Amino acid sequence: MRAGKEFFKGIYRENPIFRLALGLCPTLAVTSSAWNGLGMGLAATFVLVGSNFIISLMRKAIPKRIRIPCFIVVIATFVSLVEMIMQAYSPQLYRNLGIFVPLIVVNCIILGRAEAFASRNGVGLSLLDGIGMGIGFTLALLIIGGIRELLGSGKIFGHLLLGSGYNPALLFILPPGAFLTIGLLMGLFNYIEGKKK
Amino acid sequence: MNIGHLLIIAVASILVNNFVLSRFLGLCPYIGVSKQLDSAIGMGMAVIFVMTMASLATWAIYTYLLAPASSIWKVDLTYLRTISFILVIASLVQLVEMVLQKLVPALYRSLGIYLPLITTNCAVLGVTVLNIDKRFGFVESAVQGFTAGIGFTLALVLMAGIREKLDLADTPKPLRGIPIAFIVAGIMSIAFLGFSGLVTE
Repeated sequence: MRAGKEFFKGIYRENPIFRLALGLCPTLAVTSSAWNGLGMGLAATFVLVGSNFIISLMRKAIPKRIRIPCFIVVIATFVSLVEMIMQAYSPQLYRNLGIFVPLIVVNCIILGRAEAFASRNGVGLSLLDGIGMGIGFTLALLIIGGIRELLGSGKIFGHLLLGSGYNPALLFILPPGAFLTIGLLMGLFNYIEGKKK
Repeated sequence: MNIGHLLIIAVASILVNNFVLSRFLGLCPYIGVSKQLDSAIGMGMAVIFVMTMASLATWAIYTYLLAPASSIWKVDLTYLRTISFILVIASLVQLVEMVLQKLVPALYRSLGIYLPLITTNCAVLGVTVLNIDKRFGFVESAVQGFTAGIGFTLALVLMAGIREKLDLADTPKPLRGIPIAFIVAGIMSIAFLGFSGLVTE
């Protein structure tokens, strides 16, 4: 039962973006389209699962006082891997995401999970936690990217959805649209939670 | 290298490509530390210092160590960029922390958890990576690091001023706290869009 709980908490109840408000910079910066959001989500999930795995394996070997630098080195290694893989197999996505690929290192979700979960739990649970959080993050990016792309250009994943008569609200692809979208979505989540109680 | 060129970099990173409002860097402290004006100013000063120092240190490491490695030792070390930069930033933050604790303990306490978090402030790593990506020289990197810090502080302090007043306003319940802060940031970002024609990079 515990395993299922650790897996599913990241998707809704402790969704890193809408509930915990972590990892906001890439969330807003790369979500001008649904594809970019998906790519960023998958890259971060890979790093999250990898670093959770290694850190939970080494949790007894890492001295408490210097744990943060140790975590960062592990995370940075995985980020360098993602950087090289993405450059080799998907150069277009690599260009779209720009400096936000190396910046996965400082994504607070990843360091946060390392500190709060992987350094205290076994390998199996840490893997599940990483996968769950990664899916939650990817879903959130996909939702925000989808909304912005739909309102800003009338398309989703590049397919015209709202018909050619739709007059796109360009603002949603520009930076302000990102702030407005996430603010209103968080408000919506709070509203739903408030209704439940 | 002339003054006009440096001035353009400065205006671009403070207003046109403001690190918070148009590049989306450093959002966690932007939302987290903007509840009070005093701590916002303190945080801004610490970030300006760390960003300037980090720009100088990482530029030197990249130019004199990582980039020439392929011709001297026949190994390409540029893939170590991310990992070496983050280590430099982490040690710089540690240094700032020790200095503040010794000299300005009041500020040290009011910054609290956000001081070590400068390490994971993506604006700091972001500016160092941008310096390299744009092939900036030493002085240009220093100017971009310093002014990007000023841009961050400007956005942070403006936001703190608004949020102090916002506490007294009657906000709908689901929007209280972080959601309304984002909506305010969106409106500020629209205002900053007005600067976009000022400089073309």
